[in-house]
Parts: sequence; C-alpha cells; structure tokens
Amino acid sequence: MISQLTVFIENRKGHLAQACRVIADEDINMRALFLADTTDFGIARIFCDCPEKAAEALRGAGFRAKVIDVLGVRVPDRKGGLAELLEFLDRENVDVEYGYCFSINENFAIDVLKVNDASIELRLVEAGYALVQSEEVYALDDC
Amino acid sequence: MYYQPEIETMSEENLRDLQSERLKELVAYVYERIPFYHQAFDEAGISPEDIKSIDDIARLPFTVKQDLRDGYPFKMFAVENDEVVRIHSSSGTTGNATVVGYTEQDLVNWGDCVARALVAAGASTKSTVQVAYGYGLFTGGLGAHRGGEAIGCTVIPISSGNTRRQIQLLDDFNTDILCCTPSYALHIAESALEEGYKPADDLQVSAAVLGAEPCSEGMRNEIEEKLGLKVHDIYGLSEVMGPGVAWECDKQQGLHVCDDHFLVEIIDPDTLEPVEDGQWGEAVFTTLTKQASPLIRYRTRDITRIIKGRCACGRALTRIDRIAGRTDDMLIIRGVNVFPSQIEEVITQFEEITAQYEIILKSKGSLDHVELHVETVPDFPFDEVRKLEALKKDIARELKSNLQVAVEVKIVEPKTIGRSEGKAKRIIDMREGRQ
Repeated sequence: MISQLTVFIENRKGHLAQACRVIADEDINMRALFLADTTDFGIARIFCDCPEKAAEALRGAGFRAKVIDVLGVRVPDRKGGLAELLEFLDRENVDVEYGYCFSINENFAIDVLKVNDASIELRLVEAGYALVQSEEVYALDDC
Repeated sequence: MYYQPEIETMSEENLRDLQSERLKELVAYVYERIPFYHQAFDEAGISPEDIKSIDDIARLPFTVKQDLRDGYPFKMFAVENDEVVRIHSSSGTTGNATVVGYTEQDLVNWGDCVARALVAAGASTKSTVQVAYGYGLFTGGLGAHRGGEAIGCTVIPISSGNTRRQIQLLDDFNTDILCCTPSYALHIAESALEEGYKPADDLQVSAAVLGAEPCSEGMRNEIEEKLGLKVHDIYGLSEVMGPGVAWECDKQQGLHVCDDHFLVEIIDPDTLEPVEDGQWGEAVFTTLTKQASPLIRYRTRDITRIIKGRCACGRALTRIDRIAGRTDDMLIIRGVNVFPSQIEEVITQFEEITAQYEIILKSKGSLDHVELHVETVPDFPFDEVRKLEALKKDIARELKSNLQVAVEVKIVEPKTIGRSEGKAKRIIDMREGRQ
C-alpha cells in the first residue's frame, strides 16, 4: 500500500491554492494531484513527500486532511490490461471505491485503487502483478 | 448540597410570602426613586399601595430594553453615585448601551446567587474554580468570580481566550469547576484533544457551569463526554443582574430561579398575557432586592417555560426550562418559526459532524433559502465522496422532518466556521432587507 494524502476542499475560490501553499510552505514536494469534484466540495488526492507531515500542516491550517492507504499496481500497457485487473479484484470479492491512472510509460501504466481489503496485495503478487512501492512515488527521507 | 438551605429549601408558601413582602417594598421604592417608574405607574393608573401581593404583578407595566437605553447612562438608577460600587454595561452595537449599577449589597446578593449555582454543581471551600468568561463590562467573568469567592473557593480569574493556557491551568492547578460559555467549553475540549490530552481522564475538572448562550442537550452531552464532567446550565442577563438568576442543580431537570431575589413570569410575547405553567413564552423578571438598578417586569425576550412539580433535589425554587431561544433570534423561514436551538438539536444527533455550525439565510427570488454549514469530525472517511454525499442527505432529511423547512447542507472546511471564545455567531442573515 502507498500513502495518499486526502484533503477536503470547499468549492470556493482560492481554496485549492491555499492547500497547495500550506504544503509548499512545509518545504514538501508534490508528485501528483487528482481531484474528485462535486458541486460544493472537492476531494484532492495527492502524492507528496512526507505525507503525514503534510497532513499535519494542513490540519493545523484548518483543513480536513488525512493519509489513506491505496493500492498502486503496474498494469501492462495493452488492450484489456485494466479490465483484467478489475476482473481479478471482482473474483476476489474486493470492492473498489475509486481509482485513477497515476502515470504511463512505454510498457505499463500505474493505476491507483482505493480498495476495501488490504490483504489483496499478496494475492495480486501471487497472480503476477507488480505492485508499486512508496519510494517509487514519493520520498520519506527527512520527514 | 445547598449554599443557603434556609432559602433553597424554604416552603413554596413561605417563598411566596417573602416575594409578596419584597414586591410591595420594591414598588414603593421605584415609584419614589425612579422618575421613569413614577410616570409609568401614573400612566397605568397604579399606585404602589394597589400592589398587595405577587398576585397583583400583572397590573404593573413592563420594562423593555429600549427603556434602559433611553435612560442612558444613569436615569434608571435608584441610588446616588456614592452608593454605587460597580457598573456593568452591555454592548451598544444596536443603539445606546444598557448600564446597570450595583450597590455593595447588590454584589453580595449576586455572589450568593452564583454561589448557590456553584455549590449545586459540587463546589466547596476546597474547590478550585476557573473563570473563563470574559472579565470586564460583561457580567460573566466578575459574576462567576464573586460567587466562587463567596463560597471560599480558589478562584482562577483567567478570563476568556488563550485556550492553550486554559488547558494548561485546568491540568496544573487541578481545577474542579470550569465557568464559561458552552461554545468556549467545547472549543477548550476540542483543543485539548488536538493537543493530545485525554481531557476526560487527564483533567480533574468535574463540573462546568456554563451560561451566556443557550446550550442544547446534544451540545451538553458532547461537552460532558469530551471533558468528562457534568454540565450545569446557568442563566442570567446583565440587565437583571448577570449569571445566577437561575441555574441547574445536579438533577439537570430545569433551572432553579433565585425566587427570593427575582420574580419570574412567562408571558405570550404577542398578547403580553401570562401563559399557563408549562407553556412556552417570554421570561419576564422583576428584581425583588436590587438597590441600584431595580426592574419591574423586565421583558428578557428569552423563550422558556415553567417546569411544573417539585425537583427531586429538595429545592422549592421555581424551575424554568433551558432557554429555547430569543424572541429576536427566532427565524421566520418561509413562514415557519425556527429557533437556532432546534437546528442545533438535530446537528448534535449526528456523530459524523462536530457541534460547530453556521446557518446562512439568503433570498432566492421571493423565497428564503437556508444553508447549513457543518464540518465532519476529523476521523470521518471524507476520502469517499459517496459517504459525504450520504451524510449531507441524511442531515437534510432529518432537518426537514424536524423543522418542516428545506435546508441545503454544505460540508465545509473547519477553518470556514469561525471559532468563538465568547458568544458564537451562528446565524448569518443575508436576506434582502436584513443586512
């Protein structure tokens, strides 16, 4: 599992900028950001260095922020790659709350999934999937 | 435990006799000393001799806040400056301030009233009382202070604000009783939790005597749980005296009025007629013993009711219910009467959100639009949009069924809702013509 920083953001002018500024002021580098938006609020899902430290700084600034465990999986870049992964999870009775694609290179995509069963990691490895380790996504040095 | 058992356990009949005696003296006193009352009695065709007992109270004219403003600064005083030892005053944001004077005896009586409340909350000479009400022209700080000293408690006059220090002294000085507003008590509790305290276990404080704003049952439960103590509601208003006019004993079944000092009536705010015991209405107080700033039938605009029957604590003192709101706080939303306390009652049922909230009223065309801003508790799984949307829907449904008014619920960041160290501002009325 890798640590994703989740921040609740009101749908108001400047609030996302404020959250990013708090993280920047802590001297923390952000690696990726994904937004889920509704009419009056958004959820920012962030990969950054030192996620716990970033969450604490955000909470201190009056945000709701927490660190969530998500699954990072390498999916081969070919037709049906993601479908096979999701079918596998389905067979294993694992629910996916949300997911997004984090990065793509020539050979594979990194997909991030919020699942309800952390033990699926082991079964994925046994089935031949390559999981993403936290140090591939963000740094935990000097936290 | 009683502070003044001779008064607190006096029979109802003797209390009524005492009140009648004092009322007769009062009407003669104000008629002679305060031109405003002299004129008001004359206009009502009443002479002091007409008042034979408290049953005649309804013949007397009312006093309203505007009368006190018009008397600014000292026209409503019944004594000369040399007898006045203290002045308190309410803010003058909506006109002249109201000014209230106290003689030394007034302060002694006030101290007694507050002391009764503190003793009912478990105070003794051994107790340490932390007064986190604001000190100054506001009556909260010095009122609670005097009550604690009257008993012989150790009083910490920390005043409001500096929450970190409040928590430190609660811990280091082994405070037994905390006095402040309910919203500030909650703020202290939340801050202590954020700092890593387990306040319910770490702090010795066993009771909180909270006043100056209404406190719903839900908010009370939250404070009690988080701080690990018992909350005692205390009621008062500066025009009448300050905190201590009425307060809760350990039964928490309504607030005991200090009947020997104050005569309470509940009236219909529209017809001005007394309502039957048990019916909700506006509380009206007559001060029976005050020397410097006595009042006849002062309309508080606070909504409460008489609680019938005798309290299990043994006191015969009249009980009033927790203040449900103020006649001027009452919101008329799409023609429906709504008290902020009703909204608070619903909010505090939801464990997923904190007790901090804001109500924003806007006009949408000719219709009123109500927005409720709440924040989730820190451990709510706000990572999942689905759960946030479900929570919004649940709160809106519950409000609709309780208030008969549609409310748009918005979940906001904690920093959006202002934290208060005194009275919380919960309602923002942006409707046309209200700003």
